[in-house]
Amino acid sequence: MLALFYIFIGVAIGVSFWQITRIMDFRGSIANDKDNDAQGKYAIGFMAFLYAMMIYCLIFMNVIMLPESASIEGEHDDNLFNITFWLIGIVQFGMQFLIFYFTFKYRGNKNNKAKFYADSHKLEFIWTVTPSIVLVGLVSYGLWQWNNVMDLSDLEDPIVIEVYSQQFNWKARYAGADNTLGFGNVNFIKGKNTMGVDMSDVNAADDKQVTELYLPKGRKIHFKFRSQDVLHSAYMPHFRAQMNCVPGMVTQFGFTPKFTTNEMRNQSEVIEKSIGINKIRRAKGEDPYIFNYLLLCNKICGASHYNMQFKITVVEQDEYDEWIAEQPTLAEYIK
Amino acid sequence: MSEHHHKETFVTKYLFSQDHKMISKQFLITGMFMGIIAVLMSMLFRLQLAWPETSFSLVEAFLGSHQTDGIMDPDIYLALVTIHGTIMIFFVLTAGLSGTFSNLLIPLQIGARDMASGFLNMISYWLFFMSSVVMIISLFVEAGPAASGWTIYPPLSALPQAIPGSGTGMTLWLVSMAIFVVSSLIGALNYIVTVLNLRTKGMKMTRLPLTIWAFFVTAIIGVVSFPVLLSAALLLIFDRSFGTSFYLSDIFISGEVLHYQGGSPVLFEHLFWFLGHPEVYIVLLPALGITSEIISTNARKPIFGYRAMIGSILAIAFLSTVVWGHHMFITGMNPFLGSVFTFTTLLIAIPSAVKTFNYITTLWKGNLQLNPAMLFSIGLVSTFVTGGLTGLVLGDSALDINIHDTYFVVAHFHLVMGVSAIFGMYAGIYHWFPKMYGRLMNKTLGYWHFWITIICAYGVFWPMHFIGLAGLPRRYYTNTNFPMFDDLADINVVITIFALVGGAAQLIFLANFFISMYRGEKATQNPWRSNTLEWTTPVAHVHGNWPGRLPEVHRWAYDYSKRLDANDDDSDFLHGEDFVLQTTPMLEGEIPS
Repeated sequence: MLALFYIFIGVAIGVSFWQITRIMDFRGSIANDKDNDAQGKYAIGFMAFLYAMMIYCLIFMNVIMLPESASIEGEHDDNLFNITFWLIGIVQFGMQFLIFYFTFKYRGNKNNKAKFYADSHKLEFIWTVTPSIVLVGLVSYGLWQWNNVMDLSDLEDPIVIEVYSQQFNWKARYAGADNTLGFGNVNFIKGKNTMGVDMSDVNAADDKQVTELYLPKGRKIHFKFRSQDVLHSAYMPHFRAQMNCVPGMVTQFGFTPKFTTNEMRNQSEVIEKSIGINKIRRAKGEDPYIFNYLLLCNKICGASHYNMQFKITVVEQDEYDEWIAEQPTLAEYIK
Repeated sequence: MSEHHHKETFVTKYLFSQDHKMISKQFLITGMFMGIIAVLMSMLFRLQLAWPETSFSLVEAFLGSHQTDGIMDPDIYLALVTIHGTIMIFFVLTAGLSGTFSNLLIPLQIGARDMASGFLNMISYWLFFMSSVVMIISLFVEAGPAASGWTIYPPLSALPQAIPGSGTGMTLWLVSMAIFVVSSLIGALNYIVTVLNLRTKGMKMTRLPLTIWAFFVTAIIGVVSFPVLLSAALLLIFDRSFGTSFYLSDIFISGEVLHYQGGSPVLFEHLFWFLGHPEVYIVLLPALGITSEIISTNARKPIFGYRAMIGSILAIAFLSTVVWGHHMFITGMNPFLGSVFTFTTLLIAIPSAVKTFNYITTLWKGNLQLNPAMLFSIGLVSTFVTGGLTGLVLGDSALDINIHDTYFVVAHFHLVMGVSAIFGMYAGIYHWFPKMYGRLMNKTLGYWHFWITIICAYGVFWPMHFIGLAGLPRRYYTNTNFPMFDDLADINVVITIFALVGGAAQLIFLANFFISMYRGEKATQNPWRSNTLEWTTPVAHVHGNWPGRLPEVHRWAYDYSKRLDANDDDSDFLHGEDFVLQTTPMLEGEIPS
């Protein structure tokens, strides 16, 4: 059967080759007025296709996109993104119109003469200065927000958490009662001490190693990232947060959760997205999807890169206090 | 040189030729061959992304031991994307594009008999050929080819324990790239020397066609940045093979602590992107140069703002060497550096915008001859705008945090440098095919090729932005393990269908190319009625390009539709034609443009 299929393909290629050579015998090579006319019109047709697709995606793909930022710091990210997106959207629609409309409008004809127009300092000035001004605005807002997010120098009472990556899973360590993480290095990895914590460090004993992240709503979280083997990237899209985990150094990032997991599940964008997902899952006979915050690996790290996830649960402060009290300290855990 | 012809054998004419025209064809054919491999790879991994659990006999046939029952293994998926990127960026869009058109056009458009050093030019091609061979051999090693992404970040690329592709496959990758860098450096030096020294009488720098300006500046960027990649690769070879710790530190893998101490992967990222970002412009500038020439010729209008175009090329070239950090905002680099790189990155939007506006103004009130080459150039402007605009999102460090390494990035760079550059390459092939083979390519097939390709290019990459905004990371073998991405499955299917059709459409081009080579309409000396010097050479190739004396240049390259009275659109054309060859002397009282 397969052989027949290949023979069929071979014959099809042969026939199309023969047809192509025939086409080429009869047609010319340089565009004439008839071609210019046809291609100019196709340009308009293509523009219609492009616009339809762009608009379709912009409208109907809203539902699949990430819901509003679940961190306080991310609000400005969303804001800046919306401003930028509107701006480039307008420019995109305008420019594509000019490109394809001009292609149509000025399609060649032997009775036409092109205008000899080589330079205009005024125009050049306009389109150097206009983008510059717009960019100054975008850059200023962007840099302000960047410093806002990345500056972790004096945080008031943050929760310090170490996120630890290895092929192909995540672990985390809370800083414990003293809110200071004990020193960690791969040389200390031994037995149950899988994160390589130096147990002789006075700050280490009260640290708490966990397999799932619980974060209290409204508290600044100060993440410190480590990796024990290759580069990973801790990507928490719902919080607009991401930082690489680099072997041999500690990187950091911080944000303040704004909605608990439950609040997020009841948020209209999330509900709408979940309905869409569950329709697909039901058709395949899979369990329904319930929203959870996730931390994903976003730096190529090996064969199972595509399956490195870590659940994050955001809860109210009292619930968090209960949960963290239940976790054993490292001293108890390792013994 | 041209007076006494050496007797040519098959070997000296077709293999070890020192003639720039033959070398350019060698680059083109090798680049096309590599391109076919890279496109086939993308078809395979697009199949995987659209139907992750379906078995394909195609996959079984191509991947051999790297698949189970027609479903590819995760590490070969990573290898495919790695090699696809490497081949496309370096072998097709650097060597295939620059190598082909710099070689063909620099001597022809500046009025030189050949490159400054024909011998080095030949060496450059054969080194490129060797590096292609090594890259292809690396596909067949037992543990699979390099699989740590085309950016080969250590430690993943340094440790075979981390991924099988980092064994022999990675070694061959590094060897291939080292040879490649040498090849492109030799080529670039040759281009620079040729442009500076071998211009014919009257060909001032300010009369050079924009193609030559683009190739010239591209060569300079290459000379500045490629050596850094070479050193990065050498240090990586030391780390891999001789136990040094330039990039590695504190690693625990496969149950043991490795001896590496004190190195940093971030150092590698800096070195890599110091080439990696300029590389984008090494790919793109030649395409933009080709577009400038083709748009002007086919619009029958001078390129608008010639000096501004040169200024933009120079500005882009300069800025391209100070923006590499925008690939590294979230690598743990000092946030202050991130601010600086955001600023320089967004600056690059200004010369890019100037170039785009100038192209559009060149179209305005033109008399557009919509040849396939012209359509591909217009397509380039379109995809360059679409892809360039999303650069404003990615270049802004605050926004990059959340879309870094998602499919948004994949969509952005494919449009702005992948599709745009390949369109520039196609435009160049359609336009200068008669200069290469003495025949013209068929226009009907060219039109089919263009429209299917541009529709598919947008069909693939426009929806991809939205997958990225949904938070889907790139380089995922499958996203079925995340229920939150289940609603992206349909979009992935649509993208794959567009990709398959778009890939198949390239067969039209291949057929057109090879059939036209033998059966295409015979070209006249100046088929596009163009101004530049290459169209004053005879159709049949001769050594030394011009049979007699070298031409003398009297004007810039863009006197299209110039009127007797430059300010009066109704006056007659100069010399009665809508083009004036660069070799035509100025009329008395004519104002130079």
